[in-house]
Amino acid sequence: MAPIVLEGLRKVYPGKQPVVALEGLDLTIDDGELVAFVGPSGCGKSTVLRCVAGLEKLSAGRVIIGGREVQELPPGRRDLAMVFQSYALYPHLSVYNNLAFPLKERSVPRSERDLEVRRIAEMLELTPLLRRRPGQLSGGQRQRVAMGRALVREPMAFLLDEPLSNLDAKLRTQMRAEIAEIHRRLAITSIYVTHDQVEAMTLGQRIVVMRDGRLQQQGSPAEVYENPVNLFVAGFLGTPSMNLLTGRVSQGELTAGPLRLIVPGAPDGDMILGVRPEGLIPATGHDDGLCLEVVVSHVEALGNENLVHVRVSGSDEAAKALVLRSPPRFSPRSGEHVLVQVDPSQLLLFDLRTEERVPITGPVIASGDRHTVA
Amino acid sequence: MAHPMSPPALVRPLPDDDQTDGGRRRRPSPWHFLLLPLSLLMLTPLVWMVVTAISTPAEARQFPPSLPTSIQWSNFADVWTGSPFGRWLVNTAVVSIVVVISNLILCSLAGYAFARLRFRGSGLAFMALLTTLMVPFQVVLIPTLLIVKSFGLIDHLGALIVPNLVTAFGVFMMRQFFIALPPDLEEAARIDGASRLGVFLKILVPLMGPPLATLAILTFLSIWNDFLWPLVAIQSPENMTMQLGLSTFQGAHLTDWPLLMAATLMSQLPVIVLFIAGQRVFVRSIASSGIK
Repeated sequence: MAPIVLEGLRKVYPGKQPVVALEGLDLTIDDGELVAFVGPSGCGKSTVLRCVAGLEKLSAGRVIIGGREVQELPPGRRDLAMVFQSYALYPHLSVYNNLAFPLKERSVPRSERDLEVRRIAEMLELTPLLRRRPGQLSGGQRQRVAMGRALVREPMAFLLDEPLSNLDAKLRTQMRAEIAEIHRRLAITSIYVTHDQVEAMTLGQRIVVMRDGRLQQQGSPAEVYENPVNLFVAGFLGTPSMNLLTGRVSQGELTAGPLRLIVPGAPDGDMILGVRPEGLIPATGHDDGLCLEVVVSHVEALGNENLVHVRVSGSDEAAKALVLRSPPRFSPRSGEHVLVQVDPSQLLLFDLRTEERVPITGPVIASGDRHTVA
Repeated sequence: MAHPMSPPALVRPLPDDDQTDGGRRRRPSPWHFLLLPLSLLMLTPLVWMVVTAISTPAEARQFPPSLPTSIQWSNFADVWTGSPFGRWLVNTAVVSIVVVISNLILCSLAGYAFARLRFRGSGLAFMALLTTLMVPFQVVLIPTLLIVKSFGLIDHLGALIVPNLVTAFGVFMMRQFFIALPPDLEEAARIDGASRLGVFLKILVPLMGPPLATLAILTFLSIWNDFLWPLVAIQSPENMTMQLGLSTFQGAHLTDWPLLMAATLMSQLPVIVLFIAGQRVFVRSIASSGIK
């Protein structure tokens, strides 16, 4: 177990039109920490993992694992283990031999090897499957074998490349819990790459959001979710994604569709107002000036909650689709006009041009008496 | 008889034996009306060869051809006693086996290099290799002969082995196999600590069964049946291969057709046996590799 330091990582795929897959990535992953890299396809998250593993040669930068520079070392000498999206189990070898392979390659004596394989098999409940081939296993069992092969030799760090994406939803939830439990028990420094934000949020002690080869934001899941640094992070994290309304700030007053709000500290200019679905609450009658009248498009009943899709009425520009998260008892009909309240503490402001977050330095309040639109 | 309250059967009835055979449909198709006569047509030379091999010379020259009145087993014995047939068989077997083994090793290594290793000029080298596939052998016959002569291998079995140790077709075929193989397995093995050669030997070789079988069969067939190159490179009867030896049964004025056909039949037996034994792997691999 060891910390991983990434310094100025840059990866360019050469060609007639060179592709910059990674640009200036600096990151320190603490000893025993699980950092989840998340981002859309092609954002460079898997490239980071492959560069750390040594499967891609860096164009520039340094990878330091446990205080040792490893960017020039071949993958086998970096003392890492990796779980692939496809599991990459050796199809001609039994589960036992798959688990034993990394130990054999490091010339671990047979008796010690046998003990280690059986210990890991016991831990991952693979003992009854040891004589089977990968082709005779279910998806979950294969995933567990892949984990076992990575864990068997106690590597300095653990790299996981979308390890759950080939599993069905139920199994994914179960395996997610298992990975969390294994990490809690062994506390191995881990890099977890996923495009699934739920995985990233639930497994990562810290999450790193990537876009176009650049790090957008890093922090605890709650921090990144609640305080996104730009519009991309705000829109990428959260299901359903953040509601966005375009508006304009003039002398500290924001006009966004029917809303008129005092936003302390915001500079003048075109802005985007963001509010999470949970920041829109069905109004309970009393309107404090932060209410919107909306028309219900449709309701997605998820059992434990309803996602109410609405449109803001009364403004051409802001005839926008919004989503609010509500308790199951709030289930309006399509076409119904309802009043929803905006939680001022959950309002975020982004510069329309730069897409960067604009800080609001004081409490947001309504600028008039009543701002509902008929 | 099922109980009146029993739940509906959850097990599907077994397929009708007349309709399926291991999942394959056996129902006659309109294509069969075309394919069956074509198959019979293609079998005709083989049948004619077998019939001639067991006929007397007089029966063999009859027209229209007819079945022999008695089977002349002596034709087969005469081939062995009247010519160095055993020697030709051994020569052909030695050349074929050495060439097959060297092709399996060298073509798979070269194919792996072209598929996986990034080196300067690899694209150009591969294009050059493909180009050689488009040049007919007759064009390179004389240069090959001069090279082999400079090695001092003329009229030596080495002349039949050395030029065929590795073939462009074999390299191309193995490269296609490696390209189709996801790289995850190799990357996993490298992270697990295996060297490049270790990955090749421990992970890839066990997965290479079908393409290697195909390459082995194709190489064996081409070497076993090769006539032109041995004709140019070999002169002494004791160094001849089977196909070259068969030509000696054909005289300028007279050919003993039953002996020639008996020898031909015996020379083809190993090939037929090999093909029947490996046809399933062969067809599957040809289909999956996209090579025809």
